[in-house]
Amino acid sequence: MFVLFCPHCQEKREEEEFGYGGEAFRVRPSTPDTVDDETWGDYLFMRSNPKGWNWELWSHATGCRKFFVVKRNTATNAIAGSWTLAEGRKVYDAEGGAQ
Amino acid sequence: MKKDYSLWSLFTKGLKHNEGWDPAWRSADPKPSYNVVIVGAGGHGLATAYYLAKEHGVRDIAVIEKGYLGGGNTARNTTIVRSNYLWDEATMLYEHALKLWEGLTEDLNFNVMFSQRGVFNLGHTLQDMRDIERRVNANVLNGIDAQMLDTAEVKRMIPILNTSKNARYPVLGASYQPRAGVARHDAVAWGFARAASKYGVDIVENCEVIGMDLAGGRIQGLQTSRGFIRAERVGCVASGHSSVLAKMAGIRLPIDSHPLQAFVSESMKPVLDTIVMSNAVHGYASQSDKGELVIGAGIDHYTSYTQRGSPHIIEHTAAAIIELFPIFSRVRMNRQWGGIVDTTPDACPIISKTKVKGLYFNCGWGTGGFKATPGSGNVFAHTIAKDDPHPLNKAFSLDRFSTGHLIDEHGAAAVAH
Ligand SMILES: Cc1cc2nc3c(=O)[nH]c(=O)nc-3n(C[C@H](O)[C@H](O)[C@H](O)COP(=O)(O)OP(=O)(O)OC[C@H]3O[C@@H](n4cnc5c(N)ncnc54)[C@H](O)[C@@H]3O)c2cc1C
Ligand SMILES: [Zn+2]
Repeated sequence: MFVLFCPHCQEKREEEEFGYGGEAFRVRPSTPDTVDDETWGDYLFMRSNPKGWNWELWSHATGCRKFFVVKRNTATNAIAGSWTLAEGRKVYDAEGGAQ
Repeated sequence: MKKDYSLWSLFTKGLKHNEGWDPAWRSADPKPSYNVVIVGAGGHGLATAYYLAKEHGVRDIAVIEKGYLGGGNTARNTTIVRSNYLWDEATMLYEHALKLWEGLTEDLNFNVMFSQRGVFNLGHTLQDMRDIERRVNANVLNGIDAQMLDTAEVKRMIPILNTSKNARYPVLGASYQPRAGVARHDAVAWGFARAASKYGVDIVENCEVIGMDLAGGRIQGLQTSRGFIRAERVGCVASGHSSVLAKMAGIRLPIDSHPLQAFVSESMKPVLDTIVMSNAVHGYASQSDKGELVIGAGIDHYTSYTQRGSPHIIEHTAAAIIELFPIFSRVRMNRQWGGIVDTTPDACPIISKTKVKGLYFNCGWGTGGFKATPGSGNVFAHTIAKDDPHPLNKAFSLDRFSTGHLIDEHGAAAVAH
């Protein structure tokens, strides 16, 4: 059990209010009709699933219902912060992406 | 060579106050090189080593484990064994395992306490009942011992179940597989370890794989916390940590690691002589030979490697179990724990060669791999020994995630375990 901060509501709430949205900043191939099956399969199904820091999407399911990004350590559940998608992207890029 | 366990050995050792039993298996130091190294001494890894030695004549094998033998999901699960899956490929794989379970105690000369007490998968809505009927029909076509039961029949066999029309989760019926059962999870790890050890397999504990050496598209060996181990072939059977190992070889897997929790009660007199599962309410229960209620919950939805889940998941399951069995409302719970399970998009395992020659993965069993332990080891041993999948695991190769031939057992398979 952990507490997440929703950057839209500016509120700290219990995990039960939120829905997990998986790995953040995954890039959809820009030409789905022409990429090979491996590339498309990789986008659809493959996951980094890191043990350690993870950039992930959460939605405030029983609150404002908006998505935001969280940097959480999957080995300890420590949370480094939450941001709106645009703000989170800046921090993510500044760090050089997922490690 | 270890002596077999027998009534006679029990009697003679008993006369000596049960002193002088030999250790069941040999805990080895790693040698510099092996023909086959299996990573992960859970039930699946140990079974793989056993069948490699027994059926394929491979002798130079090590099973290396970062912690202690059987300390992963093998000893954290609720031990439900069944084969009433929906799709042909999955049914055949789990049925192969169930057949091996039926002779396992004799084969291993180790009592794995496999108890075929049957499993009920309850239906609470009309849609549940349609899905159950479809699955039972599919099972019967595949020669699986599946039956449809109505409410009265379920009540007759499980008198303590709340089948009242006013119940929060009314029981409209169930599927029933009489040959399903439970087994002693530790004994499965110990039994396979002992039987593999007899064939000279080295079981190396406290030895963590931290890197893989590849050259020319081939595996060369493993960097471990106890030094480099050269290996011609490597089979990874690391459940929730499979993605971590795959990354060392530059391979991506369609796996998410989630906590899955279970809890047991204090010991009580026998009240429940079968297994009851309900997909709709995320709960299932059986009673162990020690008399504890063994209750399993659903997964936490976020990914995590913490081996503990959130309390609200347990709360939800406990509430559902009490609705189904009002008689349990004042039973005290003794222990609760979590394990990290490796879920896949189609809720089916991956037993596969990889793009790295000599490197094989057996993972993705998620919330339900204990039941497959002997079958999984058996077909994975074949895959490694022949460098070619066994007919039963061909459909479970990694390439199904680019060909699109997924085996969708999600929801179809009664419940996740
Ligand atoms: C709470 C719970 C309930 C469950 N209930 C059921 C059930 O009722 N029925 C059912 O069929 N299944 C059930 N399961 C699933 C089942 O437990 C697993 O699918 C199965 O036990 C997996 O076996 P394994 O041998 O592959 O994994 P494990 O026993 O987890 O073995 C993997 C081993 O690999 C080791 N390892 C990992 N990384 C490394 C490394 N880098 N170097 C060396 N070693 C490493 C680990 O330490 C571990 O010992 C349940 C699971 C849980 C958590
Ligand atoms: Zn919000």
